[in-house]
Amino acid sequence: MFPQQLINGLTLGSVYALVAVGYTMVYGIIQLINFAHGEIYMIGAYLAFTAIAVLHLPFPAALLLSMASCALLGVAIDFVAYRPLRKAPRLAALITAIGMSLFLQNIAQAIWGANTRPFPFEAIPKFFYASAFSLVQVGGATVATVGEIPTEVAARPDLTIVLQISWLQVVILTVSLLLMVGLHLIVHRTRIGTAMRACAQDQMMASLVGINVNRVIGFTFALGSALGAAAGVLVGVYYNAIFPTMGYRVGVVAFAAAVLGGIGNVVGAILGGLILGLAEALGAAYISSEYRYAIAYAIMILVIVFKPSGLMGSPAAERT
Amino acid sequence: MLELRGVTTAYGLLEAVKGVDISIRDGEIACLIGANGAGKSTTLLTIAGVLRPLRGTIALEGHRIDGLSADNIVQRGVSLVPEGRRIFPDLTVAENLSLGAYARRDRAAIANDLEWVFGLFPHLAERKGQKGGTLSGGEQQMLAIGRALMAHPRLLLLDEPSLGLAPRIVEQIFEILVEINRRGTTLFLVEQNAHLALTVAQTGYVMETGRIVLHDRADRLIKHPQVRSAYLGE
Repeated sequence: MFPQQLINGLTLGSVYALVAVGYTMVYGIIQLINFAHGEIYMIGAYLAFTAIAVLHLPFPAALLLSMASCALLGVAIDFVAYRPLRKAPRLAALITAIGMSLFLQNIAQAIWGANTRPFPFEAIPKFFYASAFSLVQVGGATVATVGEIPTEVAARPDLTIVLQISWLQVVILTVSLLLMVGLHLIVHRTRIGTAMRACAQDQMMASLVGINVNRVIGFTFALGSALGAAAGVLVGVYYNAIFPTMGYRVGVVAFAAAVLGGIGNVVGAILGGLILGLAEALGAAYISSEYRYAIAYAIMILVIVFKPSGLMGSPAAERT
Repeated sequence: MLELRGVTTAYGLLEAVKGVDISIRDGEIACLIGANGAGKSTTLLTIAGVLRPLRGTIALEGHRIDGLSADNIVQRGVSLVPEGRRIFPDLTVAENLSLGAYARRDRAAIANDLEWVFGLFPHLAERKGQKGGTLSGGEQQMLAIGRALMAHPRLLLLDEPSLGLAPRIVEQIFEILVEINRRGTTLFLVEQNAHLALTVAQTGYVMETGRIVLHDRADRLIKHPQVRSAYLGE
């Protein structure tokens, strides 16, 4: 049971990490907790749903379309809601972010309805739900299988499943990993990535070397939103349920993950996401699934009490 | 090359620069001296586009640049080495320098300039891969100047390049500034070290509480009784 919860936790955690990265990057550059970020995740799921149900796109195309659309949406939100408040007290932008979050939730409800919807089943590749790898115990022996468990083994009455990983979990873990590697390369190996790091360290100086700071901030929103949308699509398929408030729940946990890792630090956010995903899965298995959020928050509070800057945060990140 | 006419800059209601006229000729070294809080840094920040003037005009080679954003002004050939150097501490020396050329696309010329900067500051070449924040104060000042040069400016603004550095390092940096000027870059220098500034400059301005109170050739200002008593401690 433990290995199974570990894999479930990592799957969930990699999704939290994708969302947490968006919170932390925006905070790193403009010191704003973008409360509307969870709603990007929700809208990402709905856009993929629509792309599949209405445009009949295959799953990978729907995922990419959703990420691209949400990148634009992120830029638009920054332009309309946050950019005019760049020089205003930070509280003004924070309240605007909360307002934007509610606004997007209600828009989604108006467009897609308040009911929980399943992903269009026929559009999801069938192999997603097949077993990719399993570890079973039969008659005292442990058998590892790539692919489905053979029927003669599955029929055995003394069968215990130790671990079973579905292709969907493999897809979620792989896509998350690829996106995070891609993000790392963008931030550390490209011109715009260097500009992002420069803006996070000293915005005035960034403008003095010729960087258009607003454009870099817009790019940061686009990047974070694309990752958030990917997470929304993956979770929508994983739980096979999308609803207008799904972003709020994940947003709260992902925000906790970003704080836990040290807000402003991308690696910290990924680490925080994985920790909270694992804690949620293990907590639900061994304590009670009712306490999943309580556990996530207890961990966050403990870390903040003993290391206020978070796991990877430096005290210098606590600029005012 | 640069003309300020009646420039007034305010922080809220407080006017830090009041109706300043400054004229810098192509190819010269001009300096602005004055006490702490006189408005020298504000003047430079206004030219660089970080602050907007409340009144007055700033023209670069006849074209108005007041009201343009800082990143725009860099692209027009004006670079500022700000007070306190403000290098990017978590970026490497090489990354700091490459950001200096952020707005440029002429790869070959950028590579040339990088070589030139490494020639001026061999220390920086040795520390290419090191984080900017780990450099000594003198090295950080060199990096800040090198970064500004990577934008290939026609006019280089320097805010207190000698601040907090050992005399030997200051001397070294000023020699390099003269060398940069000899290569054709116009310099506008803000300094508290009035003697040093007036020695290297051709033109000097003296600022008190937001106004230019004296303006003359540097070799004459250095002998001016008012300057001698107030800024040269004699």
